[in-house]
Amino acid sequence: MSEMHDEVLEYVIDEYVDEDDDLEVTFDTALISSGIVDSFSMVSLKVFLEKKYKISLPDSEATPEAFDTVNSICDLVTKHLG
Amino acid sequence: MSYDDKTRQIFATEIEAIKEKGLFKEKRFICSPQDAEIEVEYPEGADHQKVLNFCANNYLGLSSHPDVIAAAHEGLDKRGYGMSSVRFICGTQDIHRELQDKVSEFLGMESTLLFPSCMDANAGVFEAILEAEDVIIADRLIHASLVDGIRLCSAHYDTFKHMDMKHLRKKLELHQDKRTRLIVTDGVFSMDGDLIQLDEVCALAEEYDAMVLVDDSHASGFIGKTGRGVHEHFDVMDKVDLITTTFGKGLGGASGGCVSGRRELVELCRQKARPYLFSNSLAPSIVAGSIKVIDLISKSTERRDTLEWNAKYFREQIVEAGFCVRGDDTPIVPVMLFNAKLANDMARDMYAEGIYVIGFFFPVVPAGAARIRVQLSAAHTKEHIDKAVAAFKKVGEKYGVLGLDKKGIIEKYGM
Repeated sequence: MSEMHDEVLEYVIDEYVDEDDDLEVTFDTALISSGIVDSFSMVSLKVFLEKKYKISLPDSEATPEAFDTVNSICDLVTKHLG
Repeated sequence: MSYDDKTRQIFATEIEAIKEKGLFKEKRFICSPQDAEIEVEYPEGADHQKVLNFCANNYLGLSSHPDVIAAAHEGLDKRGYGMSSVRFICGTQDIHRELQDKVSEFLGMESTLLFPSCMDANAGVFEAILEAEDVIIADRLIHASLVDGIRLCSAHYDTFKHMDMKHLRKKLELHQDKRTRLIVTDGVFSMDGDLIQLDEVCALAEEYDAMVLVDDSHASGFIGKTGRGVHEHFDVMDKVDLITTTFGKGLGGASGGCVSGRRELVELCRQKARPYLFSNSLAPSIVAGSIKVIDLISKSTERRDTLEWNAKYFREQIVEAGFCVRGDDTPIVPVMLFNAKLANDMARDMYAEGIYVIGFFFPVVPAGAARIRVQLSAAHTKEHIDKAVAAFKKVGEKYGVLGLDKKGIIEKYGM
């Protein structure tokens, strides 16, 4: 996996998983459909991705489906990096 | 498009999907005034059952208080049934102004504007005061109405981990490039019954040049030594810029809400908040009843003192019975069961025991955090609470959860 995958995974764990949650999050873990990340706090992830990778993610593409796993998030970012 | 069978089927399918997910809300009818003891028709068509109500927001027990009812009658007689207008055309009476002034004084704020509900206040306040160059930084567990209001406005928004001041600091640092920063939080969180550390929030707001908005709907009238709210509890009465709250919970329980705070911000709501501009005025009887509520609780802290005792007593008793609870010393006591079906089944059995409580589970609360939320009232007597605890013990014993912690319950029932 790429450096981006590691960076996004690290952010997701730091931002959304509490130490006492006893959750293992991997590149494939469902984040939104499983309830780890709710649709409201998903915005923090969007803010992070836009700042970190200097891109702009339109709301129409920053959907719960696109943000559901680290893998799908990285696919979306890669697309916008051109 | 006519509403033909094909169209009907589209919506019927969606309803079926809600049922299949176990999220369908059943109808329950209360056939008595709202109080600690009520008569309920449930399921629909069943004989009325007398139950003790432990799921209302009737924190101060004022929903059916004779003085409040008398004041509402007087309002009806002297100012009529309805205003047939929005506030700014011909919908503002002298009593609307009187209630706004009394709320400002009670909450210690500069100015107040009434809304049809706190849901409306929260839907309108952000769009009225913020622009695209501003940012809202919100606790992740704020009420759904705040979430909706935030999404309706053009300002940027970001979130911080629930109650995590280190994380809030990080987010404030991140957004120093914005014109203004507005920290948004509930005072008491309705699902966990915990209090935001508002003194720490206000200190961070000062350090990072941010404003603070608190939705104190589950606090106004009873949190703080004279019931002013969470800002009184943490001794930051002059540090909070905006409070939104409701007259639909502790403050009488009818309906209506408000935005209270800095003069300019409230004035902008008066000029621009869409739910204020495009929705009818609060009915005179409710305004008059709410004025009486503020008068009653300004004169005496007896009701909030009783509520505080009741909440503390219930919390002690339910923990002693062997249940896990969450939250701080508030009248919201979540009895944690973690598994959704277990919470639902136990709530149903509690109803059979004459105790009206509701199970909450995902998506209302996070997955794996299902609970029965118990809400105390000043109208409850010690006997009511003892009866509720006895029913919890009986039902808890049936399901074998007494004395089990989170791990134990999950091992037995799963997430």
